[in-house]
Amino acid sequence: MSSLKRVKNILPAVLSIAFALMAWQLIVQWTQLPRFILPAPADVWSRFLKALMDGSLLYHTGITLVEIVLGLLVGITFATITGYALAKSRSLEKVLSPYLVASQAIPVVAIAPLLVIWLGDGILSKVVICALIVFFPVLVNTVVGIRAVPSALYDMMHSIRATRLQILMKLEVPASLPVLLGGLRIGATLSVIGAIVGELVDAEQGLGFLLQLGDFQYDTSMVFVAVFMLIALALFLYGVVTLLERKFLKWQA
Amino acid sequence: MSLRVKQRPKNMTNTKPALTVKDLSVVFPESNGQSSPHTGLDVLDRISFQVHPREFICFLGPSGSGKTTLLKVVAGLVQPTSGHVNFMYHHRPKIGMVFQQASLMPWRTVIENIKLPLELEGIGNIKAHNKAREMIRLVGLKGFEDSLPRDLSGGMAQRVGIARALIHDPDLLLLDEPFASLDALTRERMWTELSRIWQAKQKTVIMVTHSINESLFLADRVLVLTQRPGKIKLDVKVELPRPRNDDIRYTPQFGKLARKLREAIE
Repeated sequence: MSSLKRVKNILPAVLSIAFALMAWQLIVQWTQLPRFILPAPADVWSRFLKALMDGSLLYHTGITLVEIVLGLLVGITFATITGYALAKSRSLEKVLSPYLVASQAIPVVAIAPLLVIWLGDGILSKVVICALIVFFPVLVNTVVGIRAVPSALYDMMHSIRATRLQILMKLEVPASLPVLLGGLRIGATLSVIGAIVGELVDAEQGLGFLLQLGDFQYDTSMVFVAVFMLIALALFLYGVVTLLERKFLKWQA
Repeated sequence: MSLRVKQRPKNMTNTKPALTVKDLSVVFPESNGQSSPHTGLDVLDRISFQVHPREFICFLGPSGSGKTTLLKVVAGLVQPTSGHVNFMYHHRPKIGMVFQQASLMPWRTVIENIKLPLELEGIGNIKAHNKAREMIRLVGLKGFEDSLPRDLSGGMAQRVGIARALIHDPDLLLLDEPFASLDALTRERMWTELSRIWQAKQKTVIMVTHSINESLFLADRVLVLTQRPGKIKLDVKVELPRPRNDDIRYTPQFGKLARKLREAIE
């Protein structure tokens, strides 16, 4: 019964993917475009298998995943600490907010080349780009989340003489968790973009490198494979955040 | 049990007060942040009173009389501008507070909410759990241990609030219009409940309310506050027999006291 229900749940998605693949195949057949302009689904699939077999696909995907996860961790750490401080201190907010807003006016794409020059073409520059792109949305959500903790609950905690640490751990973190996870959800998707932007500027490894390699060699099937892997990464991260929400926000459902 | 309770108020004046408040004033700074003693909002004006151990006193006053601020000062949540709050105990007293809105943590179940004060004191989980079960029985919430606050009615949520305020065996129980948001029938049922719980637990209680009936039904003493800045206008002993039930409201004594309080408020 429950497996039947599950089938029913995913059926629309499966059908729509099948339909899209069919449309793609038809377009290729009708237009007769050469393979380096628009490869057929079957070409992409065999390119995928080939890259999977020789190990290059998993290697490059792994590199990009590491960059994303490290970038997320660094970005989230700095963003939540800064956000907490901003939420607690209006004067700090007044001092820092011009810089924060200004930093958002510059697209990360514009400073990515600088970061690669300064930090090299290895993983480090990509981690920093990811962290930068993740920083702002997580920061904003942290400020909003902490400020939204009801003052009555602070009073309650103070009346039973909670320490600062107890207020943080037992009140502020759980109370702002829905908003924090919302920030993480945005951050996780953005971090995929960050890693690719960094890799496209200059890299020897990663999915962005693979994508550019495919581009240079007119191996368009490879470009498609790389793009689909990026989608898979983004979906994976999105799924992890959803799992976290399901685990920690049961009370909200 | 009830006999002993009935006699209690008479011996009380001989004991040392549990709490002495002297010349307490609170001035809130103006909202523009420029605070000086003369430009602020006077909330409380030289309030002095004493509460004896196990006494139930009630502050009665119109909204904006600084009742809640008074409780917050006693709880240590607001610093007084001048004056003192002294406790009989050498240590800072343990406070149990019940708020206007139940102020439960929506992510915690009933039993987890009630356990919170013990958790903060670092008491072991099994012990805290057993104590919480005992409190749940006391406030009549058996069967709702694992419910979330969103599934509780207003009256049930306030029972959780009361259980949480009592679980760590506080020296002083502070009630900030705990039943103001309940409907009339539930409110009156909660009076009886609170009366019963108080007689079982023998706590020193300070309650604030704007309901004359509520104050007379529950308190040993009622203190009337004036409009802001709040001053004590009247201090009346309520010598109605305990345990009190609904019928007490139709006695002439109750009526007389109610009239006296009403006149003082206006």
